[in-house]
Amino acid sequence: MFSLRQKDNSDLVPETISLEHKKYLKSVQRQKLLVRFTQIMILVLAFGLWELLASLKIVDPFITSQPSRIIKTINTLYQEGALLHHIYITCLETIIGFVLGTVLGTVIAIILWWSDFISKVAEPYLVILNSLPKIALGPIFIVWIGAGPAAIIAMTLAISLIVTILEVLNGFLVIDKEKIKLVQTFGGTKLQVMTKVILPASLPTIINALKINVGLSWVGVIVGEFLVSKAGLGYLIVYGGQVFKLDLVMTSVLILCIAAALMYQGVVYLEKLLITRHRE
Amino acid sequence: MKVIVELQNIGMKYQSLNGEIPALENINLEVYEGEFVSIVGPSGCGKSTLLSIISGLLAPTSGNVLIEGEQVTGPSKKVGYMLQKDHLFDWRTIMQNVLLGLEIQKSVTPSAKQYAEHLLRTYGLIEFAHKYPSQLSGGMRQRAALIRTLVTNPQILLLDEAFSALDYQTRLAVNDDIYDIIKKEHKTAIMVTHDIAESISMSDRVIVLTRRPGTVKSVHEINFQLDNRTPLKSRKVPKFQNVFECIWKELDVHV
Repeated sequence: MFSLRQKDNSDLVPETISLEHKKYLKSVQRQKLLVRFTQIMILVLAFGLWELLASLKIVDPFITSQPSRIIKTINTLYQEGALLHHIYITCLETIIGFVLGTVLGTVIAIILWWSDFISKVAEPYLVILNSLPKIALGPIFIVWIGAGPAAIIAMTLAISLIVTILEVLNGFLVIDKEKIKLVQTFGGTKLQVMTKVILPASLPTIINALKINVGLSWVGVIVGEFLVSKAGLGYLIVYGGQVFKLDLVMTSVLILCIAAALMYQGVVYLEKLLITRHRE
Repeated sequence: MKVIVELQNIGMKYQSLNGEIPALENINLEVYEGEFVSIVGPSGCGKSTLLSIISGLLAPTSGNVLIEGEQVTGPSKKVGYMLQKDHLFDWRTIMQNVLLGLEIQKSVTPSAKQYAEHLLRTYGLIEFAHKYPSQLSGGMRQRAALIRTLVTNPQILLLDEAFSALDYQTRLAVNDDIYDIIKKEHKTAIMVTHDIAESISMSDRVIVLTRRPGTVKSVHEINFQLDNRTPLKSRKVPKFQNVFECIWKELDVHV
């Protein structure tokens, strides 16, 4: 019916949308706008209220800081040339951390998938390492590797690696056995099973691990910076806390929020690029 | 007629911690070139195991499989396998899927690619060559899966419940479709199925296996004397029902 009508009116109206459909599209659009508007309002109100309460001295801005002071702090840091340096150091450590965590984790998962023997031997160790609070390893890394970015990245790896191995290996194991059989019926070797089925089929799992690792890497980096560093956002937070400069702490936390969100969006974008293209 | 597949005293036992499970026992069978043979049997009688053994994926505990007189020791290029689901990889286009077997056998040549294109064109999938599997209907996907098997040019096709993932209407149509392709390409086919009607409608011979451990119980020659036989036409022959009931009784199904 739809196509008939389209034909009838084609010379008059190029694209006929029924009134009901138009109404529906409009209501969806309105709903979307309303959600976005409310989201922004919450942010504006929260910051506005914070600023107001601090200005009226209802709360003590020395302890709570306030938006205008945060802007001032950002400006000062920027003038000193320190702001970008701190952001750069932290972001760099995080990116190295989650890329390394994902790549190493995937490689180890491949080894465990390959050899049933190694996998069985490794199992209790993985279980114990997985349940261990990795932060406890911090002092060990500092003593072994030295107080610097390398120890921070080691911290990050400690937090993300085991989770990645388990997640990716599990992804490998849930792949339909018949898909593997299909490759074998063509005379495929184990390596071909890996490259033709397991890895491409696990791409979504690996990307998912990457997403989880972005979050875990931030934890690792900030904890690492708390412990050892001389630069970075985690360092600024600890330093700010020690000298009771809450403006500095709040500023750093805020920048951290934005940087973490941007990085996560980056990975989501990468996911779209790699996967959606294939599966329409 | 020439014997192309020969099973000699095939026996298979599975080992487990709880003991030994005999799956197949003393199976002897000859399949002729160009023949369509179905294997039916009660569930768990080792039908699919038998196909895995013929394909060389599984070594029998006893007995030999000969293909054109040569003993089977592993997957052979002479044998193509069709699984229950199409298992087209959703990260590959139809063309890339169809070339999977050749890639694995490291024989992607221009002429092989041309043959793939020829098959896709002949069987109406050429305009989907660069589409992804999710854009195809169930029947088309099954056809693409068959072409993926045919591209490596096997002489023998093994169909392991190849249609059971499809809904009934699609299944009838795909039966005709695949049967037509197999006949046109002059392939020998061995099909395992639990669907008695499907086995009668497509085969020249139906082999009935016993309960586990499976062994050959009886062999039914299907000859309806039809011109241009198709599975659908076979289903309409009055004798069809007789054969069906005969096999049904032999399977001795109890619920």
